[in-house]
Amino acid sequence: MRKKGKHTLHPDKWIDLYADYLYNYTMARVSKPEVSKDLVQETFFAGLKSMKSFEGKASERTWLVAILKRKIIDYYRKINSNKGRAEVRMNFYSDGDNQGDWLEERVPQTWGSDADKKMENEELGGVLNDCIEKLPEKYAMVFKMKTLRDFSTEQICKELSISSSNLWVIVHRARTQLRRCMEDNWFVK
Amino acid sequence: MFKFKITCDQATTICDKSQYRKATLLEILRLRIHFINCKICALYTKQNNRMSRIFKKNMREDAFCSMTKEEKEAIHTAFQKKTSMN
Repeated sequence: MRKKGKHTLHPDKWIDLYADYLYNYTMARVSKPEVSKDLVQETFFAGLKSMKSFEGKASERTWLVAILKRKIIDYYRKINSNKGRAEVRMNFYSDGDNQGDWLEERVPQTWGSDADKKMENEELGGVLNDCIEKLPEKYAMVFKMKTLRDFSTEQICKELSISSSNLWVIVHRARTQLRRCMEDNWFVK
Repeated sequence: MFKFKITCDQATTICDKSQYRKATLLEILRLRIHFINCKICALYTKQNNRMSRIFKKNMREDAFCSMTKEEKEAIHTAFQKKTSMN
């Protein structure tokens, strides 16, 4: 415990006071329970290690959240460099004269006259979830933050330390892949 | 000079942005002009609107309100080990 500002640290109470808050905070961003637990634990450890640098200007919780934010960015960078890169199947020609055109085999198909009826079917939710599961993790992470949890573009960019054009490329790829997946598994079967 | 012509990749990106009301008027204009010659992207856009409705209706938050007592215990034990080492 050090006293410079008006706030002090009490690591023995961290888990009781902040574990749930930090866990929820993390889940809303990375969506994975196991990963979230690990990140929260790492945050506590990192906090313990850097207690000396706590100046008491911010509350204990704010200080821990600041550490957690760094951990989330690190995690995002890790999934971005590992597997997030190449495995999304492209929908458009990436070079040559027809760069940016639809790949022939990826052209959207007509969904048929029963599409509206199919949208009301209760099984659709399960098919959609399977499709989301198939997304590479970093696409799923950004897509859920944007679509499910209504994070603003600015906030996502800041929290994951990415540019807005980068964000839209990710949302675009996630959505074209989901559209395609729903077409294959639900609308045109 | 202002470029009106965009690729299908760019057109569908604009369409995706517009699903979150984040496309600019200029972008929407480019998209509309693109539709004149591209029925594929017009179809994509129609389906994309449907996809937005599907997401809204079917994407639900998993319950993740808290960690279990055991999970907290586990962190606590690991934590105590660290503290005693310091």
